Amino acid sequence: MIWTAALSTIAVMILILFQILREGLPVLHLSFFLESPKSMGREGGIFSTIIGTIALTGVAILFGAPLGVGTAVFLREYTRESKISRIIRFGTDCLAGVPSIIFGLFGFVFFVIKLNMGWSILSGGLTLTAMILPTVISTTEESIRGISPSYREVSYSLGATKWQTITRVVLPSALPGILTGILLSVGRSIGETAAVILTAGSSLVMPTSLFSPIRTMAVHFYILAREGISMEMAYGTGATLILLVLMINVIAQWLINRYIRRRA
Amino acid sequence: MPLETKISIKDFNFYYDSSQALRNINLDIRPKEIFTVFGPARSGKTTLLKSLNRLTDLIFGANHTGSIFLDGMDIFDSNVDLIKLRRRIGMVFDLPTPLPMSIFDNVAYGPKLSGKTKKCLNEIVEKSLKSAVLWEEVKDRLHTSALRLSGGQQQRLCIARVLALEPEVLLLDEPCSGLDPISTASIEETLVQLKKDYTIVLVPHNIQQASRVADRAGFFLNGDLIEEGPVYQIFTKPREKRTENYVTGRFG
Repeated sequence: MIWTAALSTIAVMILILFQILREGLPVLHLSFFLESPKSMGREGGIFSTIIGTIALTGVAILFGAPLGVGTAVFLREYTRESKISRIIRFGTDCLAGVPSIIFGLFGFVFFVIKLNMGWSILSGGLTLTAMILPTVISTTEESIRGISPSYREVSYSLGATKWQTITRVVLPSALPGILTGILLSVGRSIGETAAVILTAGSSLVMPTSLFSPIRTMAVHFYILAREGISMEMAYGTGATLILLVLMINVIAQWLINRYIRRRA
Repeated sequence: MPLETKISIKDFNFYYDSSQALRNINLDIRPKEIFTVFGPARSGKTTLLKSLNRLTDLIFGANHTGSIFLDGMDIFDSNVDLIKLRRRIGMVFDLPTPLPMSIFDNVAYGPKLSGKTKKCLNEIVEKSLKSAVLWEEVKDRLHTSALRLSGGQQQRLCIARVLALEPEVLLLDEPCSGLDPISTASIEETLVQLKKDYTIVLVPHNIQQASRVADRAGFFLNGDLIEEGPVYQIFTKPREKRTENYVTGRFG
């Protein structure tokens, strides 16, 4: 029974990977990565969507990581279990369960229209920030919770202030957990479509600033397939997406392991 | 002529939420002596030590009355600089607690916080490790993780880390629990060396240890200080029946 469950999970995963890579890999040439899309993506490459994806995810993490880690540190180190901490935690838990399209709608109304930032990397990035915050907060909280209380006691007994204890002992020990949370968030940001279309647009033009609209690879894939523009190019984009996520995960895991080994 | 005192505890009571951990403690500790606080489990020894450098501040719902004076200064006074106080009164815990960083960074942790320069740090680290009799064993691998040291080495590292603060008082809470006899012997040796420069308050690992290293002793039972005096007197002709029963191994 257990074996069937495990094997069918692996089978499904391999099937998806196999299908996309079989269709997509033949399209992948250096020019596919480095050329801009031509005639709606029917020809040319996907360069501008790669840049768009990286820029959007970068903005999301740039805002999401410090905000999320800060909130988690506040919850774990600065408050005892109280009304405020329970409200914050309840709020983030609710946020975690909200479908991404709702974030997209919020981002559209608030960032795009109300703050007049238009369809742009910034609008989209900030929307994704809101979407990934719960993940960053809960993984950071979890990894801070796992730190031995004796580390804190030792730090205080050696004349450290609370801030010094947090920056020199708590956060370095929690770093692997925090990075894992950020990694999950990177994955979600890269793969998001609905919220991105509503807030960052779907322009194929190369972005020039944070206020330029962009199209991410996931959105590109969606539009190519959905509008029947080119299944070949769609699979190529999908394969690139998978390889990118794979690469990020492998590199991040390697860095995390190296960090853990050095400290132990 | 009255004897000098380093630490003076006056009418001190300590409570965790509703339960009382220390009852009406009056005790003077003299400069440059090893004073040993002994007694069975849950008699308030650790609480007493943690009160002396106010680590008890970290415990939620803890409370105290009475006062503790360090060189005549009330440590609970509202304008006491807590950071300075903890540097003057260093503590070593019952289990070796190296921080997850290199040997060097562990020892340099305290001095770095007070903004000592890089060159200065090297000297402090070497000197502290030498005082804790660990230098010879680790001098070639100062930048490897402290977690790779053996238990005994880790505990001596913790002593070195405290010495690096250049404190006046050392609080040692069962520094040899969980260590083998050889490590224990080398730590005891270290303690006797350190007595020349520091006032030491020690919760011993066992009664034998107290009698080997200490000058004076105080017997604690359920939060009361039953009696205190020179070690030879406490262990050979205690005034109190309860002390005698504990020392001779009739309970505890």
